[in-house]
Amino acid sequence: MSEVVHTFTTTVPRWQPYVVPVDFAAATEEQHAAMQTTPSNKGISPYVLTLAHDPETLAVRSPLFNLIMYGKDGLASSERELGAVAASIVNRCVYCAAVHASRFTAQTKRSDVIDAIFADGLNATIDEHLQAIFDFSAHLSPTPPEATTADVRALADVGLNELEVLDLVLSSAIFGWANRLMHTLGEPIKD
Amino acid sequence: MTLIETLASVRPGTALADAMEKRAEILRLSEAAHDAVVLPRDPGGLSLGLRAALAARMARQNRNAALADHYDTLVARADEPATAPLADPEATVTEPRVAEIVRHADRLTVAPRDATQAHIEALRQVGVTDADIVRLAELAAFVNYQVRVLAGLKLMGEMR
Repeated sequence: MSEVVHTFTTTVPRWQPYVVPVDFAAATEEQHAAMQTTPSNKGISPYVLTLAHDPETLAVRSPLFNLIMYGKDGLASSERELGAVAASIVNRCVYCAAVHASRFTAQTKRSDVIDAIFADGLNATIDEHLQAIFDFSAHLSPTPPEATTADVRALADVGLNELEVLDLVLSSAIFGWANRLMHTLGEPIKD
Repeated sequence: MTLIETLASVRPGTALADAMEKRAEILRLSEAAHDAVVLPRDPGGLSLGLRAALAARMARQNRNAALADHYDTLVARADEPATAPLADPEATVTEPRVAEIVRHADRLTVAPRDATQAHIEALRQVGVTDADIVRLAELAAFVNYQVRVLAGLKLMGEMR
């Protein structure tokens, strides 16, 4: 039986919108064009069809999201994913956390980091390098943001250069965006 | 120069300025996203004045005065007396549809983790369409993204 998932998990649930998504067959030309690029190149999902209600924004958001999360050079992809996970913990987006924790685990071939984060949330203790990344993103995510120069200093201390810190700012910030869509417009379902 | 670059006022020739140059396409797309949520060609049921006022309100809730000033200029340009006061986070309205939109905008900004399906149903009850519910979520989501990019750039600038 289907049930709503309320706890953090690496088993990626199905996302089910609260609103009625756009009917692909009945979509306008502008909506079709906006769905050409999809976030994480995951295809035309119920999520994309939901966002197609605002095609002007969707047409810009998908390429922006992909460039921030999957752009070349700069911060390691797994570390962008960790920034995404931290924001998703603060905003309690169970679906976002599942997707991006899974990617972190797949890329790093280690599960202990996500196990610690899902067990202890924002108080999780992880390796020093990853801790600095996780804490910075977690502190940037509340309203108003609570990150300080000490958080940025910690990133420099574990060896992140200016471009890598900028990439972390961007990947954390884009999840301030993604969480506000996924967590508020629908919910994660375990079938 | 994009709005984020203008408000961040990063000193030329610094490592941060170089890093931003490498991410110029991201800054350009961020500017295009700003236009899509605050100055869309098709605003649907969320007027340009309401969008600008809510954006200014969200910037204030995030304690970003410079960003709030930017949105205040768009509030003035829209010249909508009914929605302009909403730029102040303390302000409310009695008209049920706009009041529910403001409540949801506040939740999306301050405590998105608390959002539930009941809030979407409350919006529908007062006649907010599904398309406008998505537009409102994108507006709040974008401004909160923009706030965090600016906050991060400010901290990086202060590190020097």
